[in-house]
Amino acid sequence: MTTATNTPDGTGTSGPAAAPAGTAPDGLLLPVPDEDGAPFWEYAARGELRIQACASESCGRLRFPPRPCCPHCGSFDGEWRRMSGRGRIWSYVRPHPPLLPAYAAQAPYNVILVELADAPRIRLAGNLVAAAGAPLNSVDPARLRIGAKVQVVFAEVGGTVVPRWLLERS
Amino acid sequence: MAAGLKDATAIAGIGQTAFARRLPQTEKELACRAVLAALDDAGIAPSEVDAFASYTMEETDEVEVAKAIGAGDVTFFSKVGYGGGGSCATVGHLAAAIATGQASVGVAWRSRKRGSGPRPWKNTAVQLPTPGQWTRPFGLLRPADEIGMLARRYMHEYGATRDHLFNVALACRNRANQNPAAMMYERPLTREMYMTARWISEPLCLFDNCLETDGALACVIVSAERARDCRQKPVYVHSVAQGLPAQHHGMVNYWNDDPLSGPAWTAARHLWKQADFGPDDVDVAQIYDAFTPLIPLSLEGYGFCGRGEGAAFTEGGTLEIGGRLPINTGGGGLSEAYVHGFNLINEGVKQLRGTSTAQVPDAATCLVTAGEGVPTSAILLRA
Ligand SMILES: [Zn+2]
Repeated sequence: MTTATNTPDGTGTSGPAAAPAGTAPDGLLLPVPDEDGAPFWEYAARGELRIQACASESCGRLRFPPRPCCPHCGSFDGEWRRMSGRGRIWSYVRPHPPLLPAYAAQAPYNVILVELADAPRIRLAGNLVAAAGAPLNSVDPARLRIGAKVQVVFAEVGGTVVPRWLLERS
Repeated sequence: MAAGLKDATAIAGIGQTAFARRLPQTEKELACRAVLAALDDAGIAPSEVDAFASYTMEETDEVEVAKAIGAGDVTFFSKVGYGGGGSCATVGHLAAAIATGQASVGVAWRSRKRGSGPRPWKNTAVQLPTPGQWTRPFGLLRPADEIGMLARRYMHEYGATRDHLFNVALACRNRANQNPAAMMYERPLTREMYMTARWISEPLCLFDNCLETDGALACVIVSAERARDCRQKPVYVHSVAQGLPAQHHGMVNYWNDDPLSGPAWTAARHLWKQADFGPDDVDVAQIYDAFTPLIPLSLEGYGFCGRGEGAAFTEGGTLEIGGRLPINTGGGGLSEAYVHGFNLINEGVKQLRGTSTAQVPDAATCLVTAGEGVPTSAILLRA
């Protein structure tokens, strides 16, 4: 076993203030993309909600989570198709502690599953918020309802852009 | 049917340690104690063991168990993935190995210090890659959150209520109150306690969640012929199945046509196809209960009622002793011990031996299931 710590305080070269890998400074978990999923987050950083699709002309079906080939036709040709960003709440939970500290601090908060208007079988997990950068507990829980229409927005968390969801004005 | 598994093997011995929030022994010692107890129950010497099966999450390797208990030359060993989904498959793999002549005495086991040890969901380092990137950053952190999402939708679609989930929690607790080995032996549950309990992840409260337990269990599988010469009454492995449905995603099963028809449906089709009897003939069931909503979902999947009828099935004491389908008669994961479902296997054996602390009169058939909501497995036992 090697000694990795060279600094006097024993915290190593990354410094005592650095958040663990995959974690924002406030402790929220950041997405750690794999090779298949990386484009989703790259498009999100540009404010676009895109879903992987088969690029075969005779098939062209959407799939999620991303994977190397199409489960319907076997094609390895893929593309990322832009979604309208509209959807409906398919289900939701309100987690209470015990939770990781950064989440416990906002608990109870909501987590919703959004059925995409453009692809109803694809249900993205996310949070219903009052505004793009608002906390995970910023919407009155009385407004959480299965079937409610929502619209995607994008928020920056610790340098990474993630989708969030707003209730659509009706 | 080709060289079948049906009744070709039997469970000849069962063993367990104490169950508690904290036990002083290591997981390895607990594993050895449970395995030796099961062999002693069967009257089979450890040196005769030539096959092992456990879970991929099991921390004690078969190498350690084999050398500690004094096993002989081992010719079959297998580990099954997906946490509690693998419980019944450990028995299934050994039954297949023994029925096909790969081995003669198999030991399945699970040892876990989930009571005093770490909670797996707190490990942010290993769980963030796929599919964690699609759920965990949004605060869907624990199995209770992931299953809570499906539970909320199930309640919405089929009119299931918290009272239905309470029926499940109560049936398990009532059986635990009859079982001195159960962690909740002296802790009755009332509807008021349930309805006022703290939330874990709405719509799931504390009593919708399984216990956190230190403990270990094991069982011994041999050929049916050998079992008839063993110390205990044989409990035959009548049918076994694993289930990984098309386009299934594990506990975050959110991205297919029908998230509410889980692995139970796939395992059940195969299980019943190989069996001489059907759901109507099952006397008692041990249904994996890490969370109460898994019971109505499993009741539907294994064919005890129709789609969407699982919640209503729990009404009127159906799951209690004397009801149509007594379940989890040792208390289950909710009220006896949560050891990734292995206590459900051993309880199934006790029922068919006639030695359960909540004995179903003349029980001759028992369904045991593994974790629903993850790639799963199930076994049908018969006396
Ligand atoms: Zn295709």
